[in-house]
Amino acid sequence: MKAALRNPVDFSQFPDSSGHFGRYGGRFVAETLMEALHELNEAWRDCRGDPEFLAELDDDLAHYVGRPSPLYYAERWSRQLGGARIYLKREDLNHTGAHKINNTVGQALLAKRMGKTRLIAETGAGQHGVASATVAARLGMECVVYMGAEDIQRQALNVYRMRLLGATVHPVTSGSRTLKDALNEALRDWVANVDNTFYMIGTVAGPHPYPLMVREFQAVIGREAREQMLAERNAPPDALVACVGGGSNAIGLFHPFLNDAEVAIYGVEAAGSGIDTGRHAATLCAGQPGVLHGNRTYLLNDEHGQIIETHSVSAGLDYPGVGPEHAWLKDIGRVQYVAITDAEALRGFHDLTRAEGIIPALESSHALAYVTKLAPTMRPDQSIVVNLSGRGDKDIYTVAALEGIQL
Amino acid sequence: MNRITHRFQELRRAGRKALIPYITAGDPRPELTVPMLHALVAAGADIIELGVPFSDPMADGPVIQKACERALAQGMTPRRVLELVREFRRTDRETPLVLMGYLNPIERMGHAAFAAAARDAGVDGVLTVDLPPEEAAEPIKLMNAAGIAPIFLVAPTSSVERIRHTAQLAQGYLYYVSLKGVTGSAALNVAEVAEKLAAIRACTDLPLGVGFGIKDPPTAAAVARVADAVVVGSALVARMNELADDPERMRREVAGQIAAMRQAMDRACMSAALAD
Repeated sequence: MKAALRNPVDFSQFPDSSGHFGRYGGRFVAETLMEALHELNEAWRDCRGDPEFLAELDDDLAHYVGRPSPLYYAERWSRQLGGARIYLKREDLNHTGAHKINNTVGQALLAKRMGKTRLIAETGAGQHGVASATVAARLGMECVVYMGAEDIQRQALNVYRMRLLGATVHPVTSGSRTLKDALNEALRDWVANVDNTFYMIGTVAGPHPYPLMVREFQAVIGREAREQMLAERNAPPDALVACVGGGSNAIGLFHPFLNDAEVAIYGVEAAGSGIDTGRHAATLCAGQPGVLHGNRTYLLNDEHGQIIETHSVSAGLDYPGVGPEHAWLKDIGRVQYVAITDAEALRGFHDLTRAEGIIPALESSHALAYVTKLAPTMRPDQSIVVNLSGRGDKDIYTVAALEGIQL
Repeated sequence: MNRITHRFQELRRAGRKALIPYITAGDPRPELTVPMLHALVAAGADIIELGVPFSDPMADGPVIQKACERALAQGMTPRRVLELVREFRRTDRETPLVLMGYLNPIERMGHAAFAAAARDAGVDGVLTVDLPPEEAAEPIKLMNAAGIAPIFLVAPTSSVERIRHTAQLAQGYLYYVSLKGVTGSAALNVAEVAEKLAAIRACTDLPLGVGFGIKDPPTAAAVARVADAVVVGSALVARMNELADDPERMRREVAGQIAAMRQAMDRACMSAALAD
């Protein structure tokens, strides 16, 4: 009874059967996609309860992705910050260098089960595109990745990687020519080719069942971290920190801890040049509820409901929406959402690199920058787990350019 | 009675089918929209679908995406679209007008405020592309109260169960999307459409409109034989864009496209009636 009072919401019970997290989520697509979503939902429900599917997934995660990823105690950095013990969940050590592969391995298995022969994906920074092209190569499937023409310019390395892997990278020239437009274009492709095509969404957004399905594939992060912390400290951590663009690495870490009311949880958005400048991607901190890309969630839009362009030094956080579960977790107060500027993220990038010999992705650097604020406010017997969602190799050119260095 | 229902009754009595042109409000320029609407009516349009531009029109092909971008770049907003409707209504009180757009701009205005403003402007129906019936309970209630017909899409993939459910909530007409794809896609297959329409008719008495992929008079005529309404959009919007610099000629030629479809449809329906 006490537990029930302390924990009035059982987070494992969400979303409901039609994909709602409170007022958020749902399925807001044209009728032309509804049947495809039903078909996907059925297939997903069959697979998630099928021991054979789960065994195959576990095997891929162990031998292809390289799981479990280590939980690393950043002792020197913790000492420098002078507060809580900081643990890094090393998703940067996964195959392809980020958490994205957890999801694409899972969705690709599902696509195979459904008899689909063609994979499509949207990508912003290119990490999800690379993770999609990777699993497509392994399964011998055709792969088309939609990417904003603007992003293709900014992320030449990942574009080449996808092409090496045999994917077709399709430049999107509509709208703002970035991630949101790539998502629109992928949805259009899916409508037209729904018979043989599986659409792999890269984050916990989109119409039901995507936010649920992607969360379940990413929740392996939090399940491992929980076991690892219990083994190491015999207790869950006091705090969790992860960056939030669409929010898949964050929900993956957070979800297995949501029912642990004593664990404080922080989602870190991109404040870009600063929220008051209007050049940012802090959807939860500065947006309003609305509907985009098939779900109701917080959005960055103007007073007339048009989606506005976002800005972040990190392409992976540069998205005007956010997963609907985060919108709900914000409203009910279970997770605190904060924002970190480009400049702060860059400091976090350098801090970890110098303190621990680990070069983090700029996305993850937002979470690290928040840790530098949070850790000193905590006691040395307390602990923080931060999701190091990706490695920084892809960002070296961006960081160098910002610092006026030509490579 | 709602103007849409009234119009379909008139047409049925006359043995004709409805021709429904779509244009995007504010494209190519806001001041050209209302004169274009009048020209479409004069050329034989029975009902108007007016697009409310949105930044992320995910069910539309490149032609209408670009139209949305042009309209937005010139400051088109949902409230300004309603002003255009009000202006149209000053001289045309008979032609039913349906707004077609996406949910977010409506949510941002608020469903109640939108329904009231749309009613006051003289809107007869609203088709919200990304609002499926299962999420639409509240908007439907508000639209019904305002005397506005909620219009819904039915797709080649929609199950009989879904069609029945949708038909119960819809008013005005059901909009059958004639192919898998976005607006302005390749030509449709009339035989397939006819077969699916027969199945839909078994579920509802609502008039059935067909759109997506209708580009020319022969296709319009073929669809008119099996449907109650023919919707044409991208073919008009593409031509309007090509002729944007010569508004006189734009109106004349686009009205000409509609007149040719009108003629082809009426001829097809007359010969079908004679054959009966």
